[in-house]
Amino acid sequence: MTKLIKSGAYAQDNFVPVADDAALPDGAVLVSLARFQKDRDALLARNTPIGVKLASDQNPQVLADDLSRLSLVALEFPKFRDGRAFSWARILRTRLGFTGEIRAVGDFLFDQVNYQHRVGFDAWEVSDHFTVEMFHKALNEMTDVYQPSADGKKTIRELRAAK
Amino acid sequence: MSEVTPNMYRYDEFDARFVAERTAQFKTQVERRLKGELTEDQFKPLRLMNGLYLQLHAYMLRVAVPYGTISSRQMRMLAHIARKYDKGYGHFTTRQNIQYNWPKLVDVPDILSDLASVEMHAIQTSGNCIRNVTADHFAGAAADEIEDPRPLAEIVRQWSSLHPEFVFLPRKFKIAVSGAPQDRAALAYHDMAVEIVRNAEGRTGYKVLVGGGMGRTPYIAQVLGDFVEKQDILAFMEAAMRVYNEQGRRDNIYKARIKILTNALGIKEMRRQVEIEFAEIKKTGGLQVPQEELDRITAYFAPPAFETGLSDEIPEAGKDFANWVKTNVHAHRQPGYAIATITLKTPGQVPGDATADQMDVIAELMDTFSVGEVRVSHEQNLVLPHVRKKDLPAIYARLKELDFACANAGLITDIIACPGLDYCDLANARSIPIAQSIALKFEDLARQHEIGELKIKISGCINACGHHHAGHIGILGVDKKGVEFYQLQLGGSGAEDASIGEVMGPGFTEHEIADAVERVVNLYLKTRQPGERFLDTYRRVGMAPFKDAAYEKEAA
Amino acid sequence: MVFPAPMAQQNHGPQMLTANRLRDGDVLYRKGSTWVLALADGEVYPDQASADAALAAAQAETVRNEFVAPYLFEVRDVNGVITPAKEREIIRAAGPTVRADLGKQAGMVNV
Repeated sequence: MTKLIKSGAYAQDNFVPVADDAALPDGAVLVSLARFQKDRDALLARNTPIGVKLASDQNPQVLADDLSRLSLVALEFPKFRDGRAFSWARILRTRLGFTGEIRAVGDFLFDQVNYQHRVGFDAWEVSDHFTVEMFHKALNEMTDVYQPSADGKKTIRELRAAK
Repeated sequence: MSEVTPNMYRYDEFDARFVAERTAQFKTQVERRLKGELTEDQFKPLRLMNGLYLQLHAYMLRVAVPYGTISSRQMRMLAHIARKYDKGYGHFTTRQNIQYNWPKLVDVPDILSDLASVEMHAIQTSGNCIRNVTADHFAGAAADEIEDPRPLAEIVRQWSSLHPEFVFLPRKFKIAVSGAPQDRAALAYHDMAVEIVRNAEGRTGYKVLVGGGMGRTPYIAQVLGDFVEKQDILAFMEAAMRVYNEQGRRDNIYKARIKILTNALGIKEMRRQVEIEFAEIKKTGGLQVPQEELDRITAYFAPPAFETGLSDEIPEAGKDFANWVKTNVHAHRQPGYAIATITLKTPGQVPGDATADQMDVIAELMDTFSVGEVRVSHEQNLVLPHVRKKDLPAIYARLKELDFACANAGLITDIIACPGLDYCDLANARSIPIAQSIALKFEDLARQHEIGELKIKISGCINACGHHHAGHIGILGVDKKGVEFYQLQLGGSGAEDASIGEVMGPGFTEHEIADAVERVVNLYLKTRQPGERFLDTYRRVGMAPFKDAAYEKEAA
Repeated sequence: MVFPAPMAQQNHGPQMLTANRLRDGDVLYRKGSTWVLALADGEVYPDQASADAALAAAQAETVRNEFVAPYLFEVRDVNGVITPAKEREIIRAAGPTVRADLGKQAGMVNV
C-alpha cells in the first residue's frame, strides 16, 4: 500500500490511476503520457482534474502547451539511481512554470526527498513505513544550500552577502 | 617551526555547518544501516556519496582534497587518521585525493568529524555525481600560468556540492581546471574541463571542454565553449550537466558517461543543445557569478608574502642534488622561488603511498619551507609549490631522510599505478608489483636520466584508474584464464598534446612485462633523434618497430 | 549499481562462501551457519547443490545486518591445502601481496 505525503502531512489521493486501455471513470484521473496524447481533447473537455504520469525518459516539455490545464504531473523513478526526474521536475516547476502538483512516484530513498523537494516536487507517493516524521527529518538535515533551485531557497552566497 | 597557514580557501560558518550536518547525516545513515533500517542496496549509494567503498579486504575511504591543495594542519590530521583509524599509511590518488584502505564502517562518522575539524570531508568522492574538481598541481606558482584556476575550482566545488538535480547522474562526472598553456591537469581526459584563456582583448575567460574520458572507451575531450565569460561559467556548466542528466544513457554502465553522449550526438549537436539550455538558464540570472564573488574567492588564493631580493641561483650541493634539481624542481613565477616535486616513487615503494610518520615530516617541511602548503598531483606525487631556491638543498636533505628524494619526476620510474588487485574489488590484475619491478629494473639514475621523460601508467583493469590510456607507455592488466597478463599501449599523452595510446598486441606475463618494457625503451634509445622524448620518437616512427622489439624473445 | 556484483556462479568443483562483515569490512568465510575469519577454517561445499544452499541461507540472513555481499568462489586442493582457484580470492584471503605486514597473512583480524 502507498500513502501520499503533501504539504508535510498525509493527504488523500484524489486521483484515480487509469490504465491505458481502461475506460475513464468520473472525477480526477491520472493517465500516462500516451493516453493523454491519445485522448487529449476528451480529457480536457471533462472539466475534472487531470494528472499525467511521465516515465523517466519522457521530457515534460511535451506537455508545455497543456500544463495550465493539468492539476498533477507525476514523475516516475523506476529505480532510485535513475535521476532524470530531478531535471524534469526542475524545468517543469521553473521554466515551464507549472503550478500544479509534482508528485514523486516509484522507487526513491528517504535520502532523496530533500533533493526532490528542492527541485520542485511537492508530493510523494510513499510506502507505509515512510512516516511524516521521516519526511520532515529529510527536509531538515541540511540547513543551507550552495546552489539555487526551484524551491527558491536562499543560497549560502546570498546569505553571506546579506551579513 | 610553528604551523603556517597557507593562502587557500577557508571555511566560514556556512561551510563548516554544511560539512558538520553532512557528517551527522551520514552518522544517522550508518546507524540506520547497522539497525537494518536500510538494506545494503539502499545504503550503497549513500555511502559512496560519502566516499566509502567496500573493497577486496576492507572498506576504503576516499577523502576529498579540493584541487589538490593541503595545508600543514590538514596534513597532520591526515597522518592522525592513518594512525588512529587505519594501518598507519594513506595513498595519494590520480585525482589528487587521499585514500585509506582499512577504515571500519563504525569509525567512519568519527573520521569524518576529525576531517571536518580541519575543513576536510569525503563528500562526493564516489557515486554518480560530480566528483572532486582537480587542478594543475602547479597552480598559483608556475611560471607559465596565465591565471590561478583554483578560485574557479572552488566556485565549482561549492556549486556542485549536493546539487539536488545532479546527485543521481547516469554515471560519475569528473571536472578539471587549468590556467596555463601547458596542460598539467590532463584536461583532455575529463568529462568536463576548463582552460583559462585570454581573448583578443586580453581579457581572461574559460575554454570549456567536454566528453573526455578513460575507461573501456577512451575519448579526448572536445570544445564545448570557446570562450565562456567568467560570470557565466556556472550557468554554462549547469546547462551541460542538465543535458547529460536528461540524455546520458542509463541502460548500460559502460555507455553512461558524457563522452558517449557527446560522441553519439556529435559535438555540434551537443553544443547546440547546451547553448539552448544555457540561454534558458541565463534568463533567470540565478547562477550568474558576480565580479564581487569572483574577487572574494580569488582573494583566498592570494600569493604568499614572497620575499624579495632573493638570489635566483640554485646553490651547489653535490651531484645527487643537481640531478634532483634537473627533474624535480620547476620554474616559479616569483624570482628567487621554485616549485619542488616530492616523488613518492622511490623504486621498490608502493607508488603514491606515504606513512603517517612521513606525512608528519612532510607537514614540517611544508611549514618550514613552503608556507604551510603542499599539492597532490594526479601523478601520485606531492608538490611544494612555493620554496625559496636557497632552501632547496635543505629540502633535498630532509627528503633523503624520508626516502622520498629520488630524482625521477617525469622519468621512467615515476610510474603511476592504480591499487589494482592487491586492494581493489574491481581489478583483474595486480599493478603495484609491476610498477615496482619496472622501477627496480630501471633504478640506475644515470640510465633514467639518459632515457629522459617517459611516463608509464599502469591500470589493473579496464576502468583505467591508473590512466594507462594517457601513458607514453601504458600497461593494462587483464585476466586471461586466471593468469595475469599485461598489455602494452604506446604513445598516449595527458598533456595539451593529448593522445590515446595504441594497443600493441597480446599481453605479457608478470615475469615478462618488465623485460618487454626494456626492449621497447632500448629501441627508443637506438632510434631517437636529438631532442626527442620517447613520445616524440614513437610519434615519428610508429608502432611497428616497437612491436617487433617488444615481442622479440632473444635479449636485445 | 556501479558494477554487477558476482552472482551465484555455475562453478564446477568445490566452492566456499565469503562475505564482508558489515561493521568493519573484514573478510569472512562461511562455516556451518556461522562465519570465520580464516579461509583455512571455512567450509568447503563439494557440489553445486550444497554451495547454492549455503549461499541462499546466507542471503536470507543478510537481514541480520552482520555481513554483506556473500558470494561463492571455487577452490581446489593443492597439495592438501584448500586454495582458491582465482588469484583474487587468494589475495582476498591473505592480504595485499605488496604488504606482507598487512592483512590476514600478518595475523590481523578485525581488519
